[in-house]
Amino acid sequence: MKCRELLEFLMQYLEDELPPEERDSFERHMRDCPPCANYIQSYRAVRAMGRKALCCEGDAVPADVPEDLIQAILRARQEGRAG
Amino acid sequence: MAPTPNAVPVDPESLLVDRLRQGEDAAFEELVREHSPRMLAVARRFLSSEDDVRDAVQEAFISAFKSIQNFEGNARLSTWLHRIVVNASLMKLRRRRRKPEESIEDLLPQFSEDAHRVNPAFEWDGRQDADLERSEDRDFVRQAIERLPDTYRNVLLLRDIEELNTEETARILGVSENAVKIRLHRARQALRTLLLPRFGVPEHPPDASGDAPNDEGSR
Ligand SMILES: [Zn+2]
Repeated sequence: MKCRELLEFLMQYLEDELPPEERDSFERHMRDCPPCANYIQSYRAVRAMGRKALCCEGDAVPADVPEDLIQAILRARQEGRAG
Repeated sequence: MAPTPNAVPVDPESLLVDRLRQGEDAAFEELVREHSPRMLAVARRFLSSEDDVRDAVQEAFISAFKSIQNFEGNARLSTWLHRIVVNASLMKLRRRRRKPEESIEDLLPQFSEDAHRVNPAFEWDGRQDADLERSEDRDFVRQAIERLPDTYRNVLLLRDIEELNTEETARILGVSENAVKIRLHRARQALRTLLLPRFGVPEHPPDASGDAPNDEGSR
């Protein structure tokens, strides 16, 4: 398995969808090829970082919401009820 | 208010839900004031136009109001609203999105003829994995996600952040499951390329002594 193929199989590897033979070959390559091992480590880390940045985004939530938006929502509800 | 026999403390959220179910105006306003900041933030992940963001949040609240009877008491209101605003944003997106797919090639790993990657330049140093203790780091990651082309970012958001499965994501976006898999893989690779200059370290220059194995016998 070459580096390029490793990347192609990476998703299936992570989802545990590789047949045993390819899985072995994948893992052998990872052991023998530090750049690929590092790549996979980073790939996992990137996924975790995305989650962390967006799931705990207390700091990205706007402090206040435009009052006109709030009023528009309240109005839309009233109209929805009337109609 | 009915007295509770054993003075079980009443969760303020369930009180709010009761008032919403009774159609109380003030309860609805409370809900909107409390949850709209977070809902705006979520809609902004998916939608680039601020008008669309506002519409999506408004539609989400209206649909929440209409379906409050279906709200299950054991869920959190915020979780329930989150799902509703994601759906509303995606619905908007689907109406908008008929743009051709943007290119992501520049952000993908490049290969030389012998199939070894030629563009890493940085590698992961394996320490800061997912900690992101500093808010500047979280901002940086969010901005990197925003830089991904829409078609890729949305798949990444649905699969990795919203944690929908491939099938659900394909259905929501109206594309094949295979397209979801390919886009997700590319989106993660591209995000890695964007994050590496900050979270990686400059790569070691390759040794002269063949640093990577070829197909078979490097053992
Ligand atoms: Zn390799």
